[in-house]
Amino acid sequence: MDAAQAQWVKVHPLIVRITHWISAFGILIMVASGWRIYNASPLFPFRIPNELTLGGWLAGALQWHFAAMWLLVINGIVYLTYGVVSGHFRRKLFPLTPRAVFHDVLGALRGRLAHEDLSVYNAAQRAAYLAIIVCAVVLVFSGLAIWKPVQLQEITAIFGGYESARVVHFLAMTLLVLIVVVHVVMVILVPRTFPTMITGRARRAS
Amino acid sequence: MKTMETSLTAHSGKLIGSIERRLFLKQGLSLGALALLSGCDLTDDESVQKLLTGMSRWNDGAQAWLFNPNKLAPEFPESAITKPFPFNAFYSVDEVTLVDGKDYKLELDGLIRDKKPWTLPELYALPQTSQVTRHICVEGWSAIGKWSGVRFSDFLARIGADTKAKHIGFKCADDYYTSIDMATALHPQTLLTFRYADEILPPKYGFPMKLRIPTKLGFKNPKHIMSMFVTNEYPGGYWEDQGYNWFSGS
Repeated sequence: MDAAQAQWVKVHPLIVRITHWISAFGILIMVASGWRIYNASPLFPFRIPNELTLGGWLAGALQWHFAAMWLLVINGIVYLTYGVVSGHFRRKLFPLTPRAVFHDVLGALRGRLAHEDLSVYNAAQRAAYLAIIVCAVVLVFSGLAIWKPVQLQEITAIFGGYESARVVHFLAMTLLVLIVVVHVVMVILVPRTFPTMITGRARRAS
Repeated sequence: MKTMETSLTAHSGKLIGSIERRLFLKQGLSLGALALLSGCDLTDDESVQKLLTGMSRWNDGAQAWLFNPNKLAPEFPESAITKPFPFNAFYSVDEVTLVDGKDYKLELDGLIRDKKPWTLPELYALPQTSQVTRHICVEGWSAIGKWSGVRFSDFLARIGADTKAKHIGFKCADDYYTSIDMATALHPQTLLTFRYADEILPPKYGFPMKLRIPTKLGFKNPKHIMSMFVTNEYPGGYWEDQGYNWFSGS
């Protein structure tokens, strides 16, 4: 067996890496333009600083939002299809028990979470990545509910009507942003995970 | 078994790869930062704007495809009406245009057989219908109101409009203008309305008439309509020409 080969393990398949970075780019556009749209008629008694938003004004923000929408939906369909069909989700995100999540989140907070093998996600990671997928699905459907409350009124009804669909859309965004922030902080704390999401490989800790 | 040659290339490839990676990361990060810092300027960039406008046209097509001429907007009981119904325009409420109803005539133009102008008493004498529907603004807020008037498809049939044409354009007393697709114009809930909450439309809600389209966003519902025309050429609109999506269906 070749020595150099033994040091490296394949962690992320190419499809996962590509869809990951398209998602990162798309979510950045969706969130920043969405914040500008929010500012046109804030649901809550606060505004998002315009410096953090995209689009320059409402019309520009809507253009960005409804353009990036297609990119993210197509990307999401590719990712979800691959994840289910290839068994990637089953292998990487399951099994998942509340007990294990609790244990690993506590461990992470104490800075005692092991990351020797990057190809295996700990329970905190599994929960976070699964939650991002759930948030994304809720965002797409609550978004459709807001965009098409007549043509897709059956979807709008699931969210309890147009006004509550707006609230759901905003809350799902908030949760997604929080998870992404934690995700980025974790990458900064364990920096060797970063090149792995580009090259797909990680050096095996021995 | 690996040959020396392949493992050597693999090795140098790794080195080059790692240098390229670093460069890529650096560039990627600065590009991301640039995009965040200058979101406004980015939108103004000519090629970016071209792409966004192209996507907006694509979204016009997607929405026209999604539009079901038989799908009705939900209707509400009168108890659900929002009071007071919000005023919204590109000017403030004390700048509302006052139209003189006595001399008023709705002008017709374009692909219409009978272009005879219509006075208000003539319009009021047409069969009237009411709806309580949700008005949704492009800004995000919504409000429920009650409008009454003549079904627009009946009016179009009465004046002999060419319903095979693509668009109907509207010119308003407040210099507002907009246009809609024929499929939406023929939708059973698209009404040429003269009353709000059973009273003649007050100026702030669009006297003498407002085209109420519950399948479109609020700004696609022109108020103070002075003339309308049927055409196959794209007429645009006040907000649409500034970048708001033309179809804007809901």
